[in-house]
Amino acid sequence: MSGVIASSAVEHHPGPQSQERGQRAVFCGLTSIIWLHRRIQDAFFLVVGSRTCAHLIQSAAGVMIFAEPRFATAILGERDLAGMADCHEELDRVVGELISRRSGINRLFLVGSCPSEVIKLDLETAAAKLQAKHENRVRISAFSGSGIETTFTQGEDQCLKSTVAELPALASGTSNLVVLGTVSDIVEDQFRRLFDDLGIPNVHFYPGRKASDLPAVGRGTRLIAAQPFVGETARALIERGAEMINAPFPLGAEGSKAWFEAIAEAHGIDSARVQQVLELPYQRAKRAVASHALKLEGKRIHFLPDSQLEIPMARFLSEECGLSINEIGTPFHDQLMMHGELSRLPHDVRIVEGQDLDPALSRVREARPDLTVCGMGIANALESEGLRTKWSIELVFSPVQGFDQAGDLAGLFAKPLVRESILEVGSWS
Amino acid sequence: MELTLWTYEGPPHVGAIRIAASMRDVHLMLHSPQGDTYADLLFTMIERDGQRPPVTYTTFQARDLGASTAEMVLQSLRESAERFKPQVMLVADSCTAELIQDQPGALALGADLPVPVIPLEMAAYTRKENWGASETFYQLVRGLLSRQAPAPGTERPQRGADVRPSVNILGPTKLGFRCRDDVVEIERLLASMGVDVNVVAPLGASPWDLQSIPAADANVNLCPEVSDLTCSWLARTFGMPTIQTIPMGWGATRDFIAEVAEVLNLDIDVDAVGESRLPWYSRSIDSTYLTGKRVFVFADGSHAIAAARVARDEMGFEVVGLGTYSRERARDVRAAAKEYGLEALITDNYLEVEARVQELQPEMVLGTQMERHIAKRLGIPCAVISTPAHVQDYPARYSPQMGFEGANVLFDTWVHPLIMGLEEHLLHMFRDDFEFNDSVGPSHLGSEGEGARSLNESGEQICEGNIVWAFEAEKELKKIPFFVRGKARRNTERFAEEQGISTIQVDTLYDAKAHYSN
Repeated sequence: MSGVIASSAVEHHPGPQSQERGQRAVFCGLTSIIWLHRRIQDAFFLVVGSRTCAHLIQSAAGVMIFAEPRFATAILGERDLAGMADCHEELDRVVGELISRRSGINRLFLVGSCPSEVIKLDLETAAAKLQAKHENRVRISAFSGSGIETTFTQGEDQCLKSTVAELPALASGTSNLVVLGTVSDIVEDQFRRLFDDLGIPNVHFYPGRKASDLPAVGRGTRLIAAQPFVGETARALIERGAEMINAPFPLGAEGSKAWFEAIAEAHGIDSARVQQVLELPYQRAKRAVASHALKLEGKRIHFLPDSQLEIPMARFLSEECGLSINEIGTPFHDQLMMHGELSRLPHDVRIVEGQDLDPALSRVREARPDLTVCGMGIANALESEGLRTKWSIELVFSPVQGFDQAGDLAGLFAKPLVRESILEVGSWS
Repeated sequence: MELTLWTYEGPPHVGAIRIAASMRDVHLMLHSPQGDTYADLLFTMIERDGQRPPVTYTTFQARDLGASTAEMVLQSLRESAERFKPQVMLVADSCTAELIQDQPGALALGADLPVPVIPLEMAAYTRKENWGASETFYQLVRGLLSRQAPAPGTERPQRGADVRPSVNILGPTKLGFRCRDDVVEIERLLASMGVDVNVVAPLGASPWDLQSIPAADANVNLCPEVSDLTCSWLARTFGMPTIQTIPMGWGATRDFIAEVAEVLNLDIDVDAVGESRLPWYSRSIDSTYLTGKRVFVFADGSHAIAAARVARDEMGFEVVGLGTYSRERARDVRAAAKEYGLEALITDNYLEVEARVQELQPEMVLGTQMERHIAKRLGIPCAVISTPAHVQDYPARYSPQMGFEGANVLFDTWVHPLIMGLEEHLLHMFRDDFEFNDSVGPSHLGSEGEGARSLNESGEQICEGNIVWAFEAEKELKKIPFFVRGKARRNTERFAEEQGISTIQVDTLYDAKAHYSN
């Protein structure tokens, strides 16, 4: 697993690039559970970790979800660590408790954490043993969301990758399309309508709304990513015969158009039909973006690393909203996934992979951009220094993909600036 | 291994961060993997702090394990000492770092840093956040003051006749419940008694300030969860008396004044120090409807004990449940519960608390944000009285819980979620009014909690055990407003069980009502 470790030098971007190591203000992969447990409605995520893991997920979720959540933490205690209790027996007990409590659960993910990785607790073996015990009741597997191996959105990648081996083989001579990475339900519905209009059959969203919605995969599978943070799963699908379609991500009017065009081209669909289907939503998206772009044009934006959405977001903002990019920080730069993005970025944009927090903040303070996209722990600290910020977590938690969300996406960036202009109290400058 | 859905307290190192973030010129070097920086947002988002807490996280990764993690500790220490120039450097492990045993405290002590180092051991797998805060504050105070300690047995010098009496206020922290305003309120109260405040710590203090703690006559142990350990050490080592009363509520505030006066040997008329509107508001005729309202109290130790006293003695409620998530305070809470004829609920399992609330069917819940969620689900009015709390419990307005103004705030906050007296009567009389019926909720709160209430309604269990409700009786039960319906149902079923009645009729309902009306 390459994990948070920086990849080799970026080749497709001619501008300045560097890697930083040091203190990071980025969540660990466990945070992905916050959206995964809502997307996959019959799945339960059991983190095997410490009180810190439990506290992290509930704090990062910001508001507590007041129904009983579909995630929990099995907190390791001193007895487990000292070997006085057999961790596998303990896990057996906890899982039994959980399964009897939640009858609607069809899929259980055991999620590894920093402490479980460090004590080398083998959750995959544990999952296999538990599976044998609960064979006809619930499907059980394991993945790691630990901070020593994954950053924030990589948790989803690990989760999906852990299910690739279960995907049925695609019957030879047939074909399908797998859309990879969590999108919100409304985006899925819009995309399905467009795929229908384009005449593209057998479309599977992965992950689906049910844990059992597993697409078949094989030589006839075409693969398109809807999110940038699913690189390892993409590679695992390619190994099983899927062919990856290269495209920018479906963010903004142009990104969405290019994304659908690439998919249509791979399916050999007549370009006149493609233009006819996409023209209306494309024009609608352009109009929606334009009203926000007025407020964004000419502003300077700086991305601190968070969700791996930084590069596509920067591309959208520079291409469609007229912003200039001060710096793109990204926690992990996956070239396979960014292939369709880099060529659309301004050539002189500085990309920094990884983070060393204090020097990175010093660069923000020195540049004083109009807007800084950053994690929640940093936003108010920068605001109090007179800098306007946008929480990056909202980019993961809101429906932003596709034509009909392009305006909303621009709006997310415009809102802090609009707020600055209407408030008559206090001062940011 | 312990199955946990929501947790009342964070891990102990979050307690250490609370101490560092509360103070000035202190920096914490936390040996930790990526992800632990989530703790920053507790301060910047929940408390709306304008700066990150003063913490450097080493952020080790899998590839660093077994090779360079110790080197990362040293590098982080040197860089943060250089960048932040603190007066004191605290050094601790988070849960994962504790497992790899780099001993960052020992490394720091041997690293020849240009700043005094205080190593902390956070016991991540046995302890929790409040313990971590208490331990950090204690190690800091002890580390800075032990060299000043007089020889054991030394008599503490008497305060000179011309010297004004003074105390330290110990315990308030960032992310504590209303600590910011409680400090102001207690400072005012002490000022009106002619008592100076020497040091407030940890909130707002620097290590330099901590050095002058022994100069005061006594310590106010304002937040025992954080300051108990430190106060007892100061009592043992410097002979400083501890003022133990937590001035929450009208009566406790007067007790606090009396205790300060006694400890400092002051001649003070309690009535002359200050006054609260609570006693009159509670005696005011419109408050009659508060009488005997059944409340469930669950909080950290100090807030739970204090709230129960206010609830019974100052609001006229009936305390039907009392508990805490804080095992360190279990003994005190158990003792307090006895006074109310109750068995204390000591648990940090949210589901157990929910089950107890469901079973007791109180008319009001005084709790933490967890109980706010429980109460919302069950359609029960609730006021938040303790951490863990959410962003709305860090209000812009001055809103102390302690002192005389705090008593006013408690009265207002606890009455607000309830349906007011005459409205309650009208709901009893005209249940079917299409606009003002009980499923709409208190009229001054709009439609708050409506959805949750109907959820409760549909989930209402009309048949318990072997007892069945006849259709007519069930219809009659629904005529009773929701805020007392649960109690009526429970009483009726208990009555039927005692009487050996298997089908509850309308008469059973009224027989039970007569039986329990006293």
